[in-house]
Amino acid sequence: MNSTITQASRPIPDLRYKPTRSRNVFGIALTSIAGLFSLVAVLPLFLVLSYVLYKGASKLSLDLFFLEQPAPGLEVGGISNAIQGSIIVTLIASLLAIPIGIGGGVFLAEYSRNGWFAQFIRFGTNVLSGVPSIIAGVFIYSAIVSTRILFGHAYSAVAGGMALAVLMLPTVIKTTDEGLKLVPDDLRRAALGVGASRFVTTIRITLPKASRSIATGIVLSIARAAGETAPLIFTALYSPWWAEGIFNPVGSLSVLIFKFATMPYEVQNELAWAASFVLVAFILGLNLVARWINTFTSR
Amino acid sequence: MPIDPNDLYRLRRRPPSEKQLDTGFHWLTVLTASTVAIVLVLILAIVFHGSLESMGLYGWRFLVTSNWNPVDDEYGALTAIYGTMVTSLVSLLIAVPLGVGTAIFITERFIPRPLREMIGLMVELLAAIPSVVLGLWAIFVLEPALRPFLTWLHFTFKDIPLFSTQPLGPGMTPAILVLVVMILPIITAISRDSLNQVPIRLRQAAYGVGSTQWSAILHVILPASISGIVGGVMLALGRAMGETMAVTMIIGNSNNFSWSLLAPGNTIAAMLANQFGEADGSQVSSLMYAAFVLILLTLVVNILAQLIVKRLSLKY
Repeated sequence: MNSTITQASRPIPDLRYKPTRSRNVFGIALTSIAGLFSLVAVLPLFLVLSYVLYKGASKLSLDLFFLEQPAPGLEVGGISNAIQGSIIVTLIASLLAIPIGIGGGVFLAEYSRNGWFAQFIRFGTNVLSGVPSIIAGVFIYSAIVSTRILFGHAYSAVAGGMALAVLMLPTVIKTTDEGLKLVPDDLRRAALGVGASRFVTTIRITLPKASRSIATGIVLSIARAAGETAPLIFTALYSPWWAEGIFNPVGSLSVLIFKFATMPYEVQNELAWAASFVLVAFILGLNLVARWINTFTSR
Repeated sequence: MPIDPNDLYRLRRRPPSEKQLDTGFHWLTVLTASTVAIVLVLILAIVFHGSLESMGLYGWRFLVTSNWNPVDDEYGALTAIYGTMVTSLVSLLIAVPLGVGTAIFITERFIPRPLREMIGLMVELLAAIPSVVLGLWAIFVLEPALRPFLTWLHFTFKDIPLFSTQPLGPGMTPAILVLVVMILPIITAISRDSLNQVPIRLRQAAYGVGSTQWSAILHVILPASISGIVGGVMLALGRAMGETMAVTMIIGNSNNFSWSLLAPGNTIAAMLANQFGEADGSQVSSLMYAAFVLILLTLVVNILAQLIVKRLSLKY
């Protein structure tokens, strides 16, 4: 009885939210700042995309995809040489980086999770993914192009593909490693239990199980490689014509944009925008594909 | 204690053909994994070997003189080194608050989840835009739009060396802003991941002792995730130092040293992109020397980033 009286006589604390309290003012201020920062962070995407859309989409035509680039001073032309070259170089890079990367990832996840060599390779993978893309170009130029090691050819699509492969490799290894680590060990033991060998277990059980997350990583790395310019400038060089084979220089969308952006001709500048549109559409498309594959995995 | 499948395989008796296939496959994966190490070592060895001539000719002088003169065969990379450091550090200074702020905004519950996920998606897509396209955009849109403001900066703060030259088109400031756009997604994505990893118990405890949302963020959640955030910032710094195309297109590629942020400048990566294809003689070697400096800088930053993430991570 006594206690209820003392409680009632005490003033009831005011628990309502008061926006003028200093801590609340502080909170509102910080929330607005963080919101503002988020706006600023997404603004460039809209600015860049809308401008690329506005300048590039208007140039879309069949000529763009089927004609070689215009000679200086001429008006009519497309970017087909660059599109073709980009596809060739990216394909070569994928053919090199994907098997090697998956093999490396399998080693890290299946054979040696915590051995010193695996730790070292993991560390190396992280370091390699931090190597600037221009350095990959310098490396392939010195190792392949200037030594003419590829049957006497200097600049070539293969050299360009190798430079891109150096950049793709860490991503493929990392996603394979991480994808395989998520496969439960029970599956491996079950495979062993029914008499499968290590090789069969990896090829038939664990890799297919992890295939979706690996595919996501691979698609993302292809998207990144397709947009790279720096490694190609002095490996694949550039060619204003259709490719004459994989041991000759080829054009690429990204190098075309770089070259045409700084030219004093209106026609070339317009083509740079059109090429940007094609490139951005392709890369964002790949990113959405990767995201779509990924939703399967999480389900 | 779970049994390691490695041991299980050893326990079983197997036909020799299967054993050979397994061993062969094992060595194949070892070989592919070693590619990483081989490529890394080759990169270092080739670039170091290529720069030996220039190192012998110019030594340490290369790093502190700014005379880049192919005609007289006299090379010093100070302009490019200064440009690399200044553009990456200043862009980091701008991008860190923006990126961490955005990450906080989309991990803490300020706005509904679909909206947060949308902002997250958009920041990730920003990372997917190729740098050459950003460079094109910077040349035709950003730089012209920025110039009146930069001109105002120049005439208002003429006496500060950083603003002492009149902006005349391409220069360090537009390059810095493009770099901000490029590293912002990295910082946001990594900060977001590390904020999401803070255990819910910590938040509950903070709210339980009566902290507001922001005091919980500032005093509990941020300190708990700081190792990941700092690691992400270091990775972004490495990316900013090595970024090539967008910077080459907008920085002006001038080898004349200037303190001013409004003047055209150069970075190591931009210099390589511009000159490496056409260089000969000791210019190649000097460019290799510059490339070696760039590799060392990014290596140090990246290794530090990995160490920070490993060592500093708080044990909750």
